[in-house]
Amino acid sequence: MATHEFAAQESHAHAAPQGFVRKWVFSLDHKVIGLQYYFLALAAVLVGMFLSLLMRIHLIWPTLALPLLGDIKPETYLTLVTMHGTIMVFFVLTTAPQGGFGNYFLPIQIGAPDMAFPVLNMLSFWTTLLGFIVMIAAFFVAGGAPLHGWTGYAPLSAMQSTGPGEGLGADLWIISIAIFCIGALMGALNFITTTLDMRAKGMTMMRLPLTVWAWFVTAILGLLAFGVLLSAGILLLMDRNLGTSFFVPLVTINGQLTGHKGGSPLLWQHLFWFFGHPEVYIAILPAMGMCSQLLSVFSRKPIFGYKAMVYAILGIGFLGFMVWGHHMFMSGMSPYTAFAFSIMTMGIGVPSAIKTFNWLGTLMRGRIRFTSPMLFAIGFVSLFVSGGISGPFLAQPVLDIQLHDTYFVPAHFHLIMGVASIFGIFAATYYWFPKMFGRMMSESMARWHFWFSFIGTYAIFMPMHYLGMAGMPRRYSQLTEVTYLHGLIPLQKFITYAAFVTIAGQLIFLVNLFWSMFKGKQASDNPWEATTLEWTTATPPPHDNFGGHTPVVHNGPYEYNVPGAPRDYVMQSDPEIGPAH
Amino acid sequence: MGLVLLIIIWLITFASTYFFIAKTWWLPAGASAAAAGIDHHFTTTFILMGIVFVAAQVSLGALVWIYRDRGPSSSKVTYSHGNTKLEIVWTLLTTILFVGLNLMSSSIWASERFRPAEVDAVRVEVTGMQFAWYFRYPGPDGKFGATNPDLEDASAGGEAALGLDTKDGASKDDVVTGTMVVPVNREIEVILRAHDVIHSFFIPTMRFKQDAVPGLAIHMHFTPIQTGDYEILCAELCGLGHYKMHGMLKVVSQEEFDKWLAAREAEKQ
Repeated sequence: MATHEFAAQESHAHAAPQGFVRKWVFSLDHKVIGLQYYFLALAAVLVGMFLSLLMRIHLIWPTLALPLLGDIKPETYLTLVTMHGTIMVFFVLTTAPQGGFGNYFLPIQIGAPDMAFPVLNMLSFWTTLLGFIVMIAAFFVAGGAPLHGWTGYAPLSAMQSTGPGEGLGADLWIISIAIFCIGALMGALNFITTTLDMRAKGMTMMRLPLTVWAWFVTAILGLLAFGVLLSAGILLLMDRNLGTSFFVPLVTINGQLTGHKGGSPLLWQHLFWFFGHPEVYIAILPAMGMCSQLLSVFSRKPIFGYKAMVYAILGIGFLGFMVWGHHMFMSGMSPYTAFAFSIMTMGIGVPSAIKTFNWLGTLMRGRIRFTSPMLFAIGFVSLFVSGGISGPFLAQPVLDIQLHDTYFVPAHFHLIMGVASIFGIFAATYYWFPKMFGRMMSESMARWHFWFSFIGTYAIFMPMHYLGMAGMPRRYSQLTEVTYLHGLIPLQKFITYAAFVTIAGQLIFLVNLFWSMFKGKQASDNPWEATTLEWTTATPPPHDNFGGHTPVVHNGPYEYNVPGAPRDYVMQSDPEIGPAH
Repeated sequence: MGLVLLIIIWLITFASTYFFIAKTWWLPAGASAAAAGIDHHFTTTFILMGIVFVAAQVSLGALVWIYRDRGPSSSKVTYSHGNTKLEIVWTLLTTILFVGLNLMSSSIWASERFRPAEVDAVRVEVTGMQFAWYFRYPGPDGKFGATNPDLEDASAGGEAALGLDTKDGASKDDVVTGTMVVPVNREIEVILRAHDVIHSFFIPTMRFKQDAVPGLAIHMHFTPIQTGDYEILCAELCGLGHYKMHGMLKVVSQEEFDKWLAAREAEKQ
């Protein structure tokens, strides 16, 4: 097996590129592609965040005209909702952790010179970028971007006449997602093959860093989920443009027959959520992997329960495909199936709880260094608990009756799949920046960024639980039409103010990122005194990652404070520490 | 840094929990037969999850403070890869907690959704369309008349908006209104339809929510136990007017209901 792995690496080696275009634009180097994904996600998150800011402003000052945009009409608000969600889910939460950090560090962490298929890797990125351009184009076509929400429920999304933005804008929205799916499928194949075939000698599966496990399982989820979304998207395009009726029964819009008949709106929901729920784990699993990694590194202690962590990742991945129906308790689906989906969903709480216990177990009896990546990893655990704890409310159909489609739901998923994942991305940025750019980021700016983000996140999303329980529906562009909602407007105001402050805090991050690239303190090869293979190579790593030699792995990924060892960490490539450990 | 983290994490935890416990913002008061059971289970879940939430956050804050790097005076790091016994214990505990909660709530779900409405329930057909709710009562014959999409005239409202086929005998006594009026303490059978896109019929005080899906007639039921006026909302994004797709439910005594329905019938003749 080992020789085979080595042969696989040799056959995938390629010469270092010459010239700017082959080096930085159409690059085959996984590290450059990783950075390209990262900066794509950074551009996307700025757009997505700006849209959310407009939403928050409109919600509390509905009559306020905005510079350049003028009056925000109800349909404009829904456009903001739709594009914010879509851009964040696809082009940020799926793109940065997997395409960005996964691309850059998976090959290095397993001791490989590159991804298994470098050309395919380049194609994945350029496909994803094309998807993003098409998505942004939807803003600028006649009628504007669609208003059907990121879930695109048919028939609202299936016909032009259902509202403004449902013309060309909606077509572009679907085409963009379809393109994204193709890029994600190519990426997933590459990640899976690389993990299975390109590991260095001695890098057994049970010596993989948990980040690699997370990227690997995420890729498997992507392979199974994006294919389904791609097919569903194509069917939806056909409904819209070729007169088919996969998702549209006989309907009238404003009293006018549409010519459709016989389709099922619930079919779209099944297909969408068969993708959509695993997508939650596609967003959060890499962050879980990073968090596990960082808690061990900065507690100077082996991860608590490595095997349990691996089984929990696998369990979450497996169960993630069994629970899509919990999004559909109120959809008209059989109430008997709700029972099954509910119990599977509650079941997914078990591996999630195991992970939380093990993270706490890792901190216990450690020697914690409060570096900026560690702060975000600790923040991740806190957010993961807070976002996870509302899951069992929504997973029980009787409680979902009241909470479904209220602010309780955005509160839940923003904490867990949104901000917790973003905290994973921040932690990874602070942690790997020295390796990627050869310089350290400013710790003091990073700390300010952490406090703004951590406190701000809670100030924004915790009150949304209260709004949801009090019965405030989500996706309402104005809150004045329903009498009992009037009393909740002050809480909405508070959330908007909190959003202002939190978003302002993100500017610190941007400044730190670009300032440190040029002015940061020079980084050593292993500034965090960590054990995994990326810290054995030069900073930044050479084109073939290890400068002509292939590392050989002798130890597990989390050997800190090993009794009898000369220093408080034993690298994976150090001589074996012996069977006793 | 460890102490600051502890203080902030604890403060966030206690402040968040306070507003739940003080019920500063809480479920609107329930007014249906099912509400008490649902609310009770809500509270049970809240207490159990609340304990887990506080325990986890408090431990996180405490651990990062206690085990902070104190330089040379730090206590020795325990070299350990975990504890299988502990893993099994907390796996079992969480399984029992989550599955147990689920089983507790399943009986309420079953009693609400696994049985059809009683035969003597008051039947109301609810139709959602961009951006209004219409309510239809079958009249003395107990039968809903035929509707025909070709006859729909949304701008005219009422019967015409539903496309009621006036040639059908059963439709002669059908009453179509923009406000839902029902008698108190009677089971109400709701037959949910939608003309154009998916809407969701949400009456927070009745603990009632169900999507209205084009192409389906979804039968549901609830029993209001308190007279009064209650707001009806649309909970599923249905287009630009989603936020104003608003209706009223008037729960009245049986006598008032009979009188009201008779008056509507009289208007029709």
